[in-house]
Amino acid sequence: MRAICLYLHIHQPVRYRQYSIFDVSRDSNYFHDDYHGRQSNERIFRKVAEKSYRPMLDLLERNMQKYPGVKVSLSITGTWLDQAEKWGPEYIAQIKRMVERGQAEIVGETYYHSLAFFYNRDEFEAQVTKHATKIEKLFGVRPRVFRNTEFAYNDELARWADSQGYKGILAEGWDKILGWRSPNYVYKPAGCDNLKLLLKNYRLSDDIAFRFSNRGWSEWPLTVPKYQRWLNNDCLRGNLINLFMDFETFGEHQWQDTGIFDFMNTLIPSWLGEYDNKFVTVSEACDLMPPADEISMPETVTWADTERDLSAWLSNSMQTSGQHDLYAMREQILATGDQQLIRDWRYMTTSDHPYSMCTKYWNDGDVHAYFSAYASPYESFMYFENVLRDLEYRVETSQKS
Amino acid sequence: MMKILMLGWELPPHNSGGLGVACLNMARALTNEGAEIDFVVPYAAEHPEIHFMQVLSATHLDPIYRYGGGSYESLNILEKIIPTADEAKNVSIRDVQKTYCEFVDRYLMEFKPEVVHAHDWLTFEAGVLAKKNYGLPLVAHVHATEFDRAGMQAGNPLIHEIEYEGLMLADKIIAVSEATKRIIHDKYHIPLNKIDVIYNSLDENYETSDYHFDEDSYGYLKKLKFSGCTIVSTVGRFTVQKGLHNLMHAAALAIRKNPKLIFVFAGDGEERNELINLAADLGISKNVIFTGFIRGKRLRDIYSASDIFVMSSISEPFGLTALEAAHHGDCLILTKQSGVSEVIWSAMKYDFWDERKLADEILAIVNNPALRETLQRNVQNEYRKISWGEVAKKCLKVYNNIKHKRNY
Repeated sequence: MRAICLYLHIHQPVRYRQYSIFDVSRDSNYFHDDYHGRQSNERIFRKVAEKSYRPMLDLLERNMQKYPGVKVSLSITGTWLDQAEKWGPEYIAQIKRMVERGQAEIVGETYYHSLAFFYNRDEFEAQVTKHATKIEKLFGVRPRVFRNTEFAYNDELARWADSQGYKGILAEGWDKILGWRSPNYVYKPAGCDNLKLLLKNYRLSDDIAFRFSNRGWSEWPLTVPKYQRWLNNDCLRGNLINLFMDFETFGEHQWQDTGIFDFMNTLIPSWLGEYDNKFVTVSEACDLMPPADEISMPETVTWADTERDLSAWLSNSMQTSGQHDLYAMREQILATGDQQLIRDWRYMTTSDHPYSMCTKYWNDGDVHAYFSAYASPYESFMYFENVLRDLEYRVETSQKS
Repeated sequence: MMKILMLGWELPPHNSGGLGVACLNMARALTNEGAEIDFVVPYAAEHPEIHFMQVLSATHLDPIYRYGGGSYESLNILEKIIPTADEAKNVSIRDVQKTYCEFVDRYLMEFKPEVVHAHDWLTFEAGVLAKKNYGLPLVAHVHATEFDRAGMQAGNPLIHEIEYEGLMLADKIIAVSEATKRIIHDKYHIPLNKIDVIYNSLDENYETSDYHFDEDSYGYLKKLKFSGCTIVSTVGRFTVQKGLHNLMHAAALAIRKNPKLIFVFAGDGEERNELINLAADLGISKNVIFTGFIRGKRLRDIYSASDIFVMSSISEPFGLTALEAAHHGDCLILTKQSGVSEVIWSAMKYDFWDERKLADEILAIVNNPALRETLQRNVQNEYRKISWGEVAKKCLKVYNNIKHKRNY
């Protein structure tokens, strides 16, 4: 038996607009830019939906209809769901059909795609609960497997997930942790009783997610027979291949004209065509085999950059002080009981915000700059701080009244 | 060894702005790379610190600072070709340019440089002459166009004419930024592939010289800072090109939010009285300081005393003052229209007309220590990115390419 666990992450942040210091205490609209503006959430959502969500969801659903063995796991953030309810309810309906067919599983996470685990445990749990409630309401299921924002994982997180009764948890299968071990097995996180650990096979995942269209890559063009040969070879060291990647890989990171959709459309039946091959969801993967070994990650490991750490989110003082100030406001914000205010504050906890303040590679103008909605990390921080000022102002005025 | 005739208008210490500094550093770096340079200036004066190249005087006129002439006896060519010193006190710039051309003409009768490198419209006519009459390859170096000087308004048609001819006839054009390249293309219709961008660098003496900030040189600024004020400065000629009216309006917006802001306008120019009036009209005279024209240590002390440096130019081919301010630890705010903003990433940026955004950025730096620290630290790793050595290597590449192409 050989199994692929295909897991796709669907997320859009709710971006703050170019919120001026002169707006503070006058205009508390942080998140609605003009439709054609740089931070227009609606425009960006609709654009990505056309390029990625619609064609890829269609592709998955067609294949599920044709081949009952097709399974996929999705993690869907609350910020994405909030926006999809406004600008693409058909995608939610489509995912719901997949869930009802038993061919899609929804993974748990924080509602706001936040780094709350590292700042405030109460807030973290509140956001996870809010997410689970939302998923249950929309799809009729509760998540049984957990992933943290950006795969930021450590032993403490695993123990928490274990105590919450999750069946499994997802993390990066990084060589520095694995050593000679293969990511193609189920593992047991250190200090946990029942929780299973699934590790991303980053080589085979990144072949699709990052290298697929790179003409400078010696293996370009990547064909299905070639990739399937790699899958088969990799199965010699464990027969569970965890392909974890962003949903937007399909159509947005790898554009349609790279052939990415044709590749997937061919790979799925081709994989299923071989004897004893199958797809599994993350829960099914957990049940596939007993844990091969125990794995400990005392330090936080993420799926980002070559460092696999949180430095893209939390290294310069703008990022750290911004997050610190944000979480320091929590009790006051909650005390107001003002749902609108609480929601606005929570939208500010999304990890994409500190990511857009990253100056690590800024001078080289690389991927961090390319994906940013702001002209510079400094501008992003400026607007972020202005929003915090207005949130503070709203707290004060609500205390008076 | 490549022999180059460089046509310029000024060299330190007889310079009025950045052109002379850029020319000097470029020429020095080129000689370090093995080039041999004769540099023509339109006046007669001593350049005691320049030993690496010949400085030739095209006229007997004094530079603005009257150092007295007569230092070029060793060059017997000069005695042959410079007409008897006419005591022309009222010569116009056109007269100077004419004499400059005559000098270059006679020089070329005797010498045959491999490349002629002309800096800005002031010397383009002489460069064109070298190309037309002597068939020499011409490099036109654009530090600023008339459109820049006129704040993107029409400017002087005669100067446009001279610029146009020089740009058309040059074998290659060097622009100091992409912004300038774009103007040369859009306004003079020169094909883009004829224009290379070579950014300027900071004066090499600037970092090595033993400068020490004397906190007492601006005692009043020190006192204001001590009482919690933030000093925002700008440096340059007070002309329409510099966008200082927008800066003043932004200052008023920012001061309304934070009265502990002091704006220092360092420099002088035709807009001075207007700006003083404007500050009064906006009711912020108390927060605005005019230093008058300053240079050297006094200028460096201003950079050192300030927290934020603003380059508000409507159009700025490069903008060396930003690199100087960065060297002295200022946070930078640059207009997107300035050439320097193409190479400096660790800065706040805005469009020159966007007064509210400028005010926003000033207030953000004042209100957020994390932003200030990050900007300060990151720009330190950046402003040295370009060196004059690299500039020289790129120039030599340009020379070799055109020689090769034209088979001179």
